[in-house]
Amino acid sequence: MKYIEAPLSEKDVRALKLGEIVAVTGPVCTGRDEVHIRALEYVDEGKEVPGCLNGAVLYHCGPIMKQIENGKWMVVAAGPTTSARMNKLEPRFIKEFGIRAIIGKGGMSKEVCNAMKEVGCVYLAATGGAAVTYAEGLSVASNVDWLDLGMPEALWQFNTNKLGPLVVAIDAEGNSLYEQVRANLKLD
Amino acid sequence: MVIKLLEPTVEVVENLLRVANTKLPADIGWAMEAAAGWERNPTAQSQLGAIMENVRKAEHLGKPMCQDTGIPIFYVRGKFDSSIADDIAEAVRNSTKNIPMRPNTVDPIIRTNFGNNLGNGMPCIHFIPTKDDFTEISVMLKGAGSENMTRLKMLNPADGMKGVMDFIFESVIDAGGRPCPPGIVGVGIGGTADECTAMAKRALMEPLDYEEPDEEIRQMEEDLFVRINSSGLGPMGLGGDTTVLGVKIRKAACHTASLPVAVNIGCWATRRACAKIMGDKVEYSQGAVL
Ligand code: SF4
Repeated sequence: MKYIEAPLSEKDVRALKLGEIVAVTGPVCTGRDEVHIRALEYVDEGKEVPGCLNGAVLYHCGPIMKQIENGKWMVVAAGPTTSARMNKLEPRFIKEFGIRAIIGKGGMSKEVCNAMKEVGCVYLAATGGAAVTYAEGLSVASNVDWLDLGMPEALWQFNTNKLGPLVVAIDAEGNSLYEQVRANLKLD
Repeated sequence: MVIKLLEPTVEVVENLLRVANTKLPADIGWAMEAAAGWERNPTAQSQLGAIMENVRKAEHLGKPMCQDTGIPIFYVRGKFDSSIADDIAEAVRNSTKNIPMRPNTVDPIIRTNFGNNLGNGMPCIHFIPTKDDFTEISVMLKGAGSENMTRLKMLNPADGMKGVMDFIFESVIDAGGRPCPPGIVGVGIGGTADECTAMAKRALMEPLDYEEPDEEIRQMEEDLFVRINSSGLGPMGLGGDTTVLGVKIRKAACHTASLPVAVNIGCWATRRACAKIMGDKVEYSQGAVL
């Protein structure tokens, strides 16, 4: 397993190879359907968007969180959600915020791969459903914005410690492991 | 199998929800270990390893094994009265807070979250009245990743079993990594459109080691198992020899002019738990043939 440190530079992500297994340490924020919708709406309306999104490692995840005594939020379980739901908004999202890495499951569309190539961004496949393992890497939220969107949809921020294992499934050249697997499927 | 003296129904259902969330049914764990034994692809090995480690941690820490604690689908069989629906609803409300489970239910149009996994039409309960002397409550936690891959097709009878088999195969392949493979493929053949879809889901309650008595269905299950696993889709759609851990088919009589087929995929986290209440005893298990 290769350990990488966020925030990631363009050079860092361009150095990652397809199929490599990594773990991320450093700032990571969650964002799924509603975060994508609202963030882009805010940009259009000229409203301020939380700074954590700039150059972010974005985790497609709707965690189960629990508030602890000091008012902080602790993760109970936090595996990846299906990334394809974000296909439509993701190309613009990546370009707007200079996203460096997306953690999710199931891969993303050709249009997203193209945006990733253009900006310098990788897709890291988390093992779907492995929520307790990933919760360990996230631990306590450093901040939360947009909690009004509901627990799964809020913009949670973490200082991760070895969040993994993650498979480099789309590299910064837009090559996709999912596409390779699909091209070689035995369909008879 | 654990046998306990009778607890109030609300508590029984809370136990079911806790067990289903934190403990993978043994039959699925065994199938996963067997798969890890034959898997040749290193990425696939890493995925199976990550799943099994996660399952161990969840059980040890008493935490939900997946953050998508799903929509709990209940089956109540045997003898019961209608008050059982209220008990189940109360248990869902309590367990959402206590386990905790993720509040998943929203209004379908305005999308506001109910916060307690209830709301109109919830909890989802299927009633199967029988002349038996027990009450059996089963639950399956169905996440959206797998549920969203559900398909129903009203085939022409002329499409025959080849049409049926191809449709099932294509449904699994098209779903790709989205339902978190390797899991279980639930299939309904026949019935009406609604019954067919219900059968496909009910089939997922069945333990993988339950031996299907119908010879023809067993053969179809085996053929699909081999064909799907030979495809190379693999765990999480990242490639490999393990795409499904089992295929479960249910059939029912249908109209002579119809051939409905439904596919409902269960992810690796096909979380189930059952309680059979007999007299003053409760017997717990993690699968049922419904
Ligand atoms: S498909 Fe299953 S394992 Fe995957 S995230 Fe959804 S509930 Fe969890």
